Amino acid sequence: MYRLYLGEASSVHEIKGGHDLSLLHLAIISPFLFAIIIPILYKLFRQVHTGWFVLPLPILLFSYFISFISSTSNQEIITESVPWIPALGVDFIAKVDGLGLLFALLITGIGSLVVLYSIYYLSKDKEKLNTFYVYLLLFMGAMLGVVLSDNLIVLYTFWEFTSFSSFLLIGYWYDREKSRYGAQKSMLITVLGGLSMLGGIILLYIMTGTFNISEIIEQAAAISVDPLFIPALICILLGAFTKSAQFPFHIWLPDAMEAPTPVSAYLHSATMVKAGIYLVARMTPVFASEGLWVWLIAGFGIVTLFWGSFNAVKQTDLKAILAFSTISQLGMIMSLLGLGAAALHYDDIESSFFGAATTAAVFHLFNHATFKGSLFMVAGIVDHETGTRDIRKLGGLMNFMPITFTLAIIGTFSMAGLPPFNGFLSKEMFFTGMVRVLELNIFNFETWGMLFPVIAWIASVFTFLYSMILVFKTFTGKYKPEQLEKKPHEAPIGMLISPIILASLVIIIGFFPNILSNTIISPALESILPNNTIDVHISFWHGPTPELFMTIGVIALGILLFLTLPKWRKVYDLFPTKLTLNRLYDGGLAFTQKAANKITKTYMNGSIRSYLVYIFAFFIVILGTTLAVKNAFKLDTSNVSSIGFYEILLALAIMIGSISILFVKSRMTAIILLGSVGYTVSLFYVLFRAPDLALTQLVIETISVALFLLCFYHLPKELNKERMSFKLTNAIISIGVGAMVTLIALSAHSNKLFDSIAEYYIENTYTEAAGKNMVNVILVDFRGFDTLFEITVLTIAALGIFAMIKLRMGGGKKNENK
Amino acid sequence: MKTNDLILQTTTKVVLFIIILFSVYIFFAGHYTPGGGFVGGLLTSGAIILLTLAFDMKTVKQILPFNYIYMAATGLLFAGGTAAGSLLFNVPFLTHAFGDVNIPILGETALHTATLFDLGVFLVVVGVTMTIIQTIGVDE
Repeated sequence: MYRLYLGEASSVHEIKGGHDLSLLHLAIISPFLFAIIIPILYKLFRQVHTGWFVLPLPILLFSYFISFISSTSNQEIITESVPWIPALGVDFIAKVDGLGLLFALLITGIGSLVVLYSIYYLSKDKEKLNTFYVYLLLFMGAMLGVVLSDNLIVLYTFWEFTSFSSFLLIGYWYDREKSRYGAQKSMLITVLGGLSMLGGIILLYIMTGTFNISEIIEQAAAISVDPLFIPALICILLGAFTKSAQFPFHIWLPDAMEAPTPVSAYLHSATMVKAGIYLVARMTPVFASEGLWVWLIAGFGIVTLFWGSFNAVKQTDLKAILAFSTISQLGMIMSLLGLGAAALHYDDIESSFFGAATTAAVFHLFNHATFKGSLFMVAGIVDHETGTRDIRKLGGLMNFMPITFTLAIIGTFSMAGLPPFNGFLSKEMFFTGMVRVLELNIFNFETWGMLFPVIAWIASVFTFLYSMILVFKTFTGKYKPEQLEKKPHEAPIGMLISPIILASLVIIIGFFPNILSNTIISPALESILPNNTIDVHISFWHGPTPELFMTIGVIALGILLFLTLPKWRKVYDLFPTKLTLNRLYDGGLAFTQKAANKITKTYMNGSIRSYLVYIFAFFIVILGTTLAVKNAFKLDTSNVSSIGFYEILLALAIMIGSISILFVKSRMTAIILLGSVGYTVSLFYVLFRAPDLALTQLVIETISVALFLLCFYHLPKELNKERMSFKLTNAIISIGVGAMVTLIALSAHSNKLFDSIAEYYIENTYTEAAGKNMVNVILVDFRGFDTLFEITVLTIAALGIFAMIKLRMGGGKKNENK
Repeated sequence: MKTNDLILQTTTKVVLFIIILFSVYIFFAGHYTPGGGFVGGLLTSGAIILLTLAFDMKTVKQILPFNYIYMAATGLLFAGGTAAGSLLFNVPFLTHAFGDVNIPILGETALHTATLFDLGVFLVVVGVTMTIIQTIGVDE
């Protein structure tokens, strides 16, 4: 039945016809599709918690991704491709390799637990569950897209989507001032990094000619001498650092804690903030040859590790402690990845030596998701059951909440790096990596590299310290019922299931770490350090190594510091309160707004006459310069038809009408004269046999005269009586506009650079579009896009006028009341 | 402002229907002869404006109780929907379909999805002009 009217379009289409969406693509976009029906389900089944409808999706996706383990552990990489914008080399390439799969499992696994937890955390009667789950699903899909895309532009698109959904989730309780502040802050900082990352991606494209990561990696050696290599590296790192809350961009993460706790557990500890780590891991094969890459990542990572853990100690809010702890742990993983990248410089046996740092990074990434996820849920339970998260008010909850207490012990001890939990294993491996820095002899690590194990050790002491504060200040000590809003009791079982599952993982992996070695860790390492076979074997007991003594030292000093905390706490008062990064951010934001306001106010003075002056002045200057520079003015009278009697008559009528507008005093007369000019123009169309235009012009003229009459009401009245004074600038500009239009019309007629398109329309209007009225066929068919957007603009304009006038009238009423 | 212009009001009552009929004709005829959704929409708005001039805003709102913003939005949906509908048939955005159908009484008739698109334009034009005019003129 249908026919294509553009020959070219159909041929392009046939080329793409071969590829269809695979199941893998469908899995990535399924959260987006599911998000569409969530509001409907919410409306239809108000008595059922919407979370129950959402829950099956992440579970299904998790089991789907689990099935990939057998292939990735055999070093198989599954790739499915669908063209998106083939002309620009942008294809939606879904790729499952070890690294992507590790993240996909985290996203869907923790996602399932978080959804389950949220069912009990968020009340179905008080909260707007539809929006919550829509945002959460948006995030889930976007995050899956980030970690499973091989094309950088697709990755970037999903990356910004995660920032966007994070913004919506932080601002979920948008009636709270702090939520809005936190949402805006995270958005500004992460999107700033995202844009810089886009710059880096484009630089990579300029160097390699492709957006596909796997193809870029193949050219890694060739581009490392390119002058754009370092700028690309820095741009990409800026994206990764802002997203993963690395110092000094970490300031957004503590404010993001205004989000509901399930969101903090999911986005701001387990998954989204690890997108930066993912990016660094993914780009390691491209950039690792550059010493700057190793230094920047390891350096920023270790500083973040220290700064986060140091600041976590002084926090009093449970979630704030966890936020700074997350910052610190992210820094730790980052520094490990940085040092691990050095492994690519050693082709022999030693590679496994430095590869150990990368192994630790991947292992800790997984462990962190388990224990930090459970700790966030514990914090949420405490908040939910007592009404506060302030550790100064909490205490002695052990007897009321034994299960929660046990979960907290498991989580914090793992975080502190105590045996027999998984955190101990990765902490030991972390120390191994840091100690081995001393053996590195590239990129000047012989000198400053000394600092790494020292800072790492000090930071670990603080990590131990805040872990202890977190659990013992909350659950032991004096019970202060008078300071709590509710009488504490154990959480409902549904709320406990998710943290229990995570805590059991903490223990199971602690005892049997090697169930992960070949299934998850090795394949992921394969993606980060290609062509290096690293035999991953994690063991508890290494013998009396330096790492063991470091751990013992951490515990000893940590306990000492914990017991003497009140005595040395004053150290924190020594830090200036005015010179913080947060104040810099706030001040910068306020300054930008103020400056922008000032600049805008200088030219936006509210008078439409000035705006018209700007517009027309630009019009004259730009077009006039172009005409002059291009030497485009040309007067060719050879192709001019003769001027008849009627044309002269109509031209005279128009001229008389326009000139007399200048001299009439009453507005009414002016408008009628303007109308007469418009009607005469439509007569011109009749003369030139354009009935469509004539008809339209006639009706338009009628309606605009009516509009003008209506506008009278809104115009100031006194102007009517005053005689308009003569203004030279206005006169120059109006004469200039007239002259410019005339010149352009003459030049346009005289310069025929190519054949008119009219012939094409004459030939094809009936055959391709089955219409006889060419004007209309052009409007609705050949140039339908133009029409579609024009009517969109019209609608927006109408809405704008509606809003402006209604708002102004509403404001006026308010003033009257005062 | 109270108007009591009997001649204008009486003429309007007759002319209004002629204009609206004409606008419908112009709309449908657009594909083969001069006209189309844009002019058709403008003519309809012109008719309503004439009604407003002859009577007053309140009366017109009672006679034609449309929410013109919804009308514009519906029009956009029609146009966008027709354009996007082609994607369902695996052809590029905004590809129109047409064909001849034999309808019992009317006989052989050409049907064209462009008409739906044009209907969108028609509704947007009426919606937009009437929204603007009713908003601006609401105080009178």
